[in-house]
Amino acid sequence: MNEINQSILTLILLVPLAGAVLVALAPDRFKLPNWIALLTALVAFGLTLHLPAHFLLGRGGFQFEVNRPWIENPVIHYHVGVDGLSLWLVVLTGLLAPIGIVASWNAIKERRKVFYSLFLVQQTAMFGVFISLDLMVYYGFWELSLVPMAILIAMYGRKDGPKAAMKFFLFTFIPSAPLLVALIWLYIQTGSFDFTTLQILIAHGSFPAGAIYWVALAFLFAFAVKVPVFPLHGWVADTFSEAPVALAMVVAGKLGLYSMLRFHIGLFPEQARAVAPWVIGLAVVGILYGACLALVQRDFWRLMAFAALSHLSLITLAIYGMTLTGWDGAVYQILNHAVVDGALFILLGALYDQYATSQINAYGGLAAKLPRTATLFVISALAMIGLPMLGGFVGEFMILSSTFSGVSKSWTVAAALGVILGAAYMLWLVQRLFYGPESQMATSKPPHDLKVGQLVVLWPLAVLMLVMGLAPSLWLASIQTGVHPPQSRIPNLSPQSVLSISSLGEAQR
Amino acid sequence: MNPVPDIFRILPEVILTVTGVAVMLIDASLPPDWARRPLGWVAALGTTLALWASLWQLSLPVGTGFYSTIETSPFTVFFHVLICGIVLVALLLSLDTLPEDSHHQGEFYALIVFGAVGMCLLTGAVELLLVFIALEISSISTYILAGYRKDTPRGPEAAIKYFLLGSFATGFLLYGIALAFGATGTTQIYEIARLAPTAENHGLVLAALALMLVGILFKVSAAPFHVWTPDVYEGSPSPVVALMSTAPKAAAFALLLRVLYEMFPSLHATWTPLLWVVAVLSMTVGNLAALRQENVKRMMAYSSIAHAGYLLAAFAGFGSSGIAAASFYTAAYAAMNVGIFAVITVASGYDEKRPLVNDFRGLIYRSPLLGSLLIFFLVSLVGIPFTGGFFGKFYSFTAAVGGGAIWLALIGLLNSGLAAAYYLRLALAAAQHQTAKEAKDAGPTPQVGIAVGAALLLAVAATLILGIVPGEVLRAAEAGAHVLEAPPVQTTVLVGPVLSPPAP
Repeated sequence: MNEINQSILTLILLVPLAGAVLVALAPDRFKLPNWIALLTALVAFGLTLHLPAHFLLGRGGFQFEVNRPWIENPVIHYHVGVDGLSLWLVVLTGLLAPIGIVASWNAIKERRKVFYSLFLVQQTAMFGVFISLDLMVYYGFWELSLVPMAILIAMYGRKDGPKAAMKFFLFTFIPSAPLLVALIWLYIQTGSFDFTTLQILIAHGSFPAGAIYWVALAFLFAFAVKVPVFPLHGWVADTFSEAPVALAMVVAGKLGLYSMLRFHIGLFPEQARAVAPWVIGLAVVGILYGACLALVQRDFWRLMAFAALSHLSLITLAIYGMTLTGWDGAVYQILNHAVVDGALFILLGALYDQYATSQINAYGGLAAKLPRTATLFVISALAMIGLPMLGGFVGEFMILSSTFSGVSKSWTVAAALGVILGAAYMLWLVQRLFYGPESQMATSKPPHDLKVGQLVVLWPLAVLMLVMGLAPSLWLASIQTGVHPPQSRIPNLSPQSVLSISSLGEAQR
Repeated sequence: MNPVPDIFRILPEVILTVTGVAVMLIDASLPPDWARRPLGWVAALGTTLALWASLWQLSLPVGTGFYSTIETSPFTVFFHVLICGIVLVALLLSLDTLPEDSHHQGEFYALIVFGAVGMCLLTGAVELLLVFIALEISSISTYILAGYRKDTPRGPEAAIKYFLLGSFATGFLLYGIALAFGATGTTQIYEIARLAPTAENHGLVLAALALMLVGILFKVSAAPFHVWTPDVYEGSPSPVVALMSTAPKAAAFALLLRVLYEMFPSLHATWTPLLWVVAVLSMTVGNLAALRQENVKRMMAYSSIAHAGYLLAAFAGFGSSGIAAASFYTAAYAAMNVGIFAVITVASGYDEKRPLVNDFRGLIYRSPLLGSLLIFFLVSLVGIPFTGGFFGKFYSFTAAVGGGAIWLALIGLLNSGLAAAYYLRLALAAAQHQTAKEAKDAGPTPQVGIAVGAALLLAVAATLILGIVPGEVLRAAEAGAHVLEAPPVQTTVLVGPVLSPPAP
C-alpha cells in the first residue's frame, strides 16, 4: 500500500499522457480514439479516487509526497503532493474528464485523434498544476495547460475559433512573463524553487520588503487573469462561445483560484493581506458587473461566460476575505461550481448540436418536447442559483456569512445582490429556453432528447449536486485540514535552522 | 611539450575537408546522366564522422595546437557537435527536397560541407587571423548557397545582398583585428587578453572591441545590424535557410563569447550595457516586425532576430553562468529552428509557390504529421515548458537576473508574449479548416521521405531532450564555460585536467 501511495500521483500524471500517445498512434476507426480516451480518463479518475480513500485526516501538511531531484542546475525537483486544499480538486479534474469525453462523443466528428490526444494532454497539465509543489514544475504545467486549450479552441471553434484562441492564449500567456521573472528572482535569492522551503524563508522575512511586494503582485496578476478577476476578463466571453463543451467546462476558474490560495496567499500571506482590500473591491465589482451583463446577453454561451465571471468573483471575494470559513467555502464552491457548470455546458452543448444556434430568442417552449433536458437543466440552474439542499447553497452561504462577519457588511450586501441577480438571469434563461410559446425553430425541427450516454453522465452529476448540498461535511472535513492559515503549518524554526535549509539548497546547486 | 599531435586538434575539420573534396571530385568524375543524390549521403556520412571525431576530442587534454592558433576544449567540442549536428540535419533535408534534375547538386553538398569546415574552425580558433579566415570560409560558401536558385529573381538578389553586406561586416571585423593588433602587438587571443588591460592606448582597445562587435553582431543578425536577414531568408532555398539561420550563427555566437569573455573580460563594464541595448533592440524590433509579416520565411527571419536578442540577454549574466546560458540557448534555438524550417521546406516545396501564412491553412488536415510538427516547433519557439525553447529562455533570463538585469528579463519575457502572437497565427492557421477552394489549390499532399523523416526526428528529439532532461547538455555547456572563463594562461600549456567536472 505504501508503494501505491508513493507512486499514485506520478501515475495520475502519466496515465492521461500515455493515453494521449496511444490515441495518437491508434487508427482513427470504429470510434477507437473515443474509446481509448474514455478508458484512459476513467482509469485516471479511478486513480484519483485512491487519494481521498487513503487521505489521513488527522495529519496536516502534504501527503502522497514524492520529492526527487530532476534537474541539477537550477535545482528543480520533481516534487508533488496533495493536501486538503488540492485533494478534491484533483478528484474533480479526474471526474470531469470522462464527462467531457462523453459530451464530445458525437459532437466531434473529424480529426478525433487530435482532439482526444490533446484533451488528454490538457488533463495531465491540469493534474500537474494541482499537485506540483516545486514552483518550476508548477509553472511548467501551468503554461502547458494553455497549448492544447488554444489549439482545440482554434480547431473546433464554432464560428471564429482562431480569433478566440489567440485572445485566450495571449491574455493568459503574457501575464505569466512577470510571473516567471518573479520566480527566477526568488530562485536567485534563495537557490530553491521548493514550495515549503520558500514558504519558510518568506515567512521569516529574509527579503527586501519592496521587492517581495512586487513579486507577490506578479503572482497575483498571472492568477487573476486566469480566474478571471474584473477587469482582466476580456478573454472569457469569446472563449466560452468558441470552446468545445469539454474544454469550456474546465477553462475558467479552478486553476487560477487554486493558485491564488496556494501560491499567492500561501507564499506571501502578508503581501496578500495588504492587497486584499483592492482585490475584494474588484471582486465585488466583478460579481455585479458579470451578473448585470449576464442579464442582457442574447447568446447563451456569452451569458454563461458572464455568469461565470460573477460566480468566480464571489469565490475570489471569499479567498481574499482571509477568513478560514471563507477559504473552506471558496474551495467547496470551486468544486460545486465546476460540477454545476459542467452539467449546464453539456446541456447547452446538446441544444446547440441539435439546433445549431446559441441565440436564446430562437428557442422557447422546449420543455414539452425535451422533457429530460428541461428537467436536468432546471435542477442544474437551481443548484447554480444556490437553492438550499443543493450544492451551491452551502458554498454561497459559507462565503457570504464569512464575509459578513469577517470582512465588511456592506461588501456582503453588494455580493448578495449579485447572487439575487444570478437567480434572475438563470431563471429567465430557463424560462426563455424551455417555457413560453413554442418557437418556430422548435416546431420545425424534430426533437431529439438526451441519449443514454448523456444521461449516464448527467444524472450522477445531478445526484452529486444534491449530495453536496445535503452532506457537505464529506468534503469539508478534508478541505479544512488544507486551509489552515499558512503560518500555523510552519513549524517554529529558529533562524539557524532556516539557514541550514537554505544552505542545503546551496549545497544542492 | 605538447604531447598531442597537432593534427588531432583539427580532426573534425580535416574529415570535413576530405569529405568536401571527395564529393566534388566524385561529382566531376561521374557521367553526367548519373544521379547525384548519393553524393548527399556521402556528405552526411562525412559529417557524422566529423561529429564523432569532435566527441572523441573530449579525450584530448585541453590545449592548443599549430603554434597556439587553435584550441580543443569542452567549449569547442560543444559547438563542433552542435554545428555538425545542424549540418547533418540540413544535408538530410536537402537530400529529399532538392529536385532530382537540378544540376550542381554535387556542388551544393560540397559547399555545405566546406561551410561546416569554416564554422567549426571559427569556434576553435584562438588566433584572430585564423578567426578571420574561418569566417571567410564559412561566409563564402553561405553566400553561394543563398543564391542557389539562380532561375528565380529572388535568389541572386538574396546572394548579392548577403554578399555585399556580409563583406562590409567582415571588413569591420578585420579593422577591429588590426586595431587590436595595434594596441597589443599580437593577434593571439590569450595574449591580447593578458595585454589589453595594461595597453598604453586604451582608446584603441575600445575601438577594436566596438568594430569587432559590429562584425560579429552582423553575423548573428542582431538589431541594428539585421536588415539583410528577411530578404536573404526569403530568397534562399529553405534547406539553406535551415542551415544558415542556425549553424553560422552558432559559430558566430561562439566567437562572440570568446571575444567578450576570453579576450576582453577586462572591458566587461563597457560591453555589458552595449549588449543590453542590442538585446532589447533585437527582441523588440524582431518581434514587432514579425507581427506584420505575411510571408512565413520573412516572419521566421524576424523571429530569428528576436531570438538573437533573447540569447544576448544571457550576456548580462556573470561569467560562466552567462556563457553556459548562451551556449545552451544556441543549441535549443538551433534544434527548434532547424526543425521548423524542415517542416516549412517539406510543406511548401523547393520552389515555394505558396509561401504565405494563409497557404499553411489546414496543413494539419492535409498532413497530420507535418501539421503537428509545425505546431510543436512553434510551441517550442514560443517557449512553452517541456520544450527546448523554454529552458533556453529560462537559462538566458536566469543569467540576466543573476547579473542584476531584472528589467532586461522582464522586457525579454514580455517580448516572448508578443512573439506568441505571430507564432500562434501560423500555428492556428495550420490547425484551421480550409475552404473547399483552398483545398483544391493547395496541390498534392506533401510527402515525408526517409531522409527528411530522419532530419525531423533528430530535430524533434533534440527539442524534447533539451526541454525535459536538459541536464547533460547544460553540464557540457558549463564545462565549456569554465574553459572560457579560466584566466588566460601561457599558450601551449595544458589548462587543466581533462573534462574536469564543473566546480560546485
